[in-house]
Amino acid sequence: MARAWVFGDNISTDDIIAGKYLVKCDPKELAAHVMENIAPDFPKKIRPGDIIVAGRNFGCGSSREHAPLALKAAGISAVVAESFARIFYRNSINLGFPVLTSKVRGEFESGDEVELDLEKFVLRNLRSGKVISLNPLPPFILDILRAGGLIEYMKRK
Amino acid sequence: MGRPVEIGEIVEAKVDFVMLNDITGPLTLKVLEEVGTDEPWDPSRVVVVLDHQSPACSVEAAAAHLKLREFSRKWSVKLFEVGEGVCHQVFMERGFAKPGSLVVGADSHTCTYGALGCFGTGIGSTDAAYALLKGRLWFRVPENFRILVHGKLPVGTFAKDLILHIIGKIGSDSATYMVVEFQGETISELGISDRMVLCNMGVEMGAKAALVAPDVKTLEWFRERGMEVPRVTSDPDAEWEREEVFEVSKLEPQVACPHRVDNVKSVSEVEGVEIDQAFLGSCTNGRVEDLLEAARILKGRRVHPRVRMVVSPASREVYLRALELGVIRTLIEAGATVVSPSCAACMGGHVGILGPGEVCISSSNRNFKGRMGSPEAEIYLASPATVAASAVEGKITDPRRYYG
Repeated sequence: MARAWVFGDNISTDDIIAGKYLVKCDPKELAAHVMENIAPDFPKKIRPGDIIVAGRNFGCGSSREHAPLALKAAGISAVVAESFARIFYRNSINLGFPVLTSKVRGEFESGDEVELDLEKFVLRNLRSGKVISLNPLPPFILDILRAGGLIEYMKRK
Repeated sequence: MGRPVEIGEIVEAKVDFVMLNDITGPLTLKVLEEVGTDEPWDPSRVVVVLDHQSPACSVEAAAAHLKLREFSRKWSVKLFEVGEGVCHQVFMERGFAKPGSLVVGADSHTCTYGALGCFGTGIGSTDAAYALLKGRLWFRVPENFRILVHGKLPVGTFAKDLILHIIGKIGSDSATYMVVEFQGETISELGISDRMVLCNMGVEMGAKAALVAPDVKTLEWFRERGMEVPRVTSDPDAEWEREEVFEVSKLEPQVACPHRVDNVKSVSEVEGVEIDQAFLGSCTNGRVEDLLEAARILKGRRVHPRVRMVVSPASREVYLRALELGVIRTLIEAGATVVSPSCAACMGGHVGILGPGEVCISSSNRNFKGRMGSPEAEIYLASPATVAASAVEGKITDPRRYYG
């Protein structure tokens, strides 16, 4: 069962992957250092399929695509946040990595078992029993996500 | 020209240039490898700059540079070598950021180009790969946000103080996905270098692009570089989704405190915080005007013995001009160390990395935890004048005492 990992507001791409690792392009190597500066044990805690729940302005700062790449390679299957910084949002979509917005503040604790439904756009908290509705993605973005990212989408077109 | 579009609409637009640097570029090449072709739609419209880890500071960085050089040779793509400077400074100096054009750059501070009326916007490596192959990219038509600024900046305060003040007031996600336009007589009074400071930090409030309408100063800036450009402006009857008004005639020097760019205080509130490093450089504040301002304060003085001051001119052109003006001599005599034109200490990948517990005052654009090295270090952002005054005194200092 997927679990939620809760982060606060303004998680920057420097938080997600520090500048010193940007010389690396291998997703697995990047994954080993994800959130290192703010939650050093995080990569060890992740089970494939887990999601991140966060506050406002997730992914602010640098354009480094290494950030969503590292999260995805670490086993995170989606980020649900109150809002996203623009470049991180685009980069995630382009990598086929789902990013969704919703009013999630206070609804989750780290370790809560959750179920994400991208057909109905809901996130269920199995601990509290609450069903949190997510803002639906526009069809164009959904198409890119379903293709597995912008490059796959381009190949199919 | 295309067709009228509506806010929120998703469009595919032709791009005029694609810019890559040495940390986003290698990932772009990796994406292109997966695609099976790396042939640009128009090689003359792709620019590569080696600036972040430059000169190479590790074997991995050197290998990344090799790949980018190989790519640029293969397709005759313009590559700016080690020492040419920070990508945005180089891109603008060479006249690639023309008014009314659309530039996508695989670096978040691509919004700097708005200082010349160019719609520059930061993208990631996959977007860059797509744009490089197709000459087009998808965009959501952004909401518009006008920031009107009135009044004359007081002595000892600069464009950096103004933009920190604005971000402190409205917040680091206040312009997410929007295009910001700076207007008002204060903006008209500012030179191009100062307009670059404002637009550069547009992304620190989340903006997709940040613009100043081209005026006679813009046209003159291009003329000095042997270019004639069109003067494009936003519609006089434009409706603004959001508007904020600022009055600056009583503005004090501003400092963004750890670990957020919108954690902004007046210098008087943080004066006395001891520093270990002062960094003067970056695409925000590494230009001749910035180095001159610092030199004015450092002339005949010494950097505090406990502090090291690291200076990186934003480009070779800036470095040469600063040499001619005697600014570099003044800085070195004062005890600063001058490193090659590059991103340098700004993103913690290269020179000027901070150790645990260290404090840096910096003229750059981000003070996120761990940005310049150790996550236990602290970064304060300020104007070049505040950086220089603080370097002299060994603690955060109001630069106004060095004026008049």
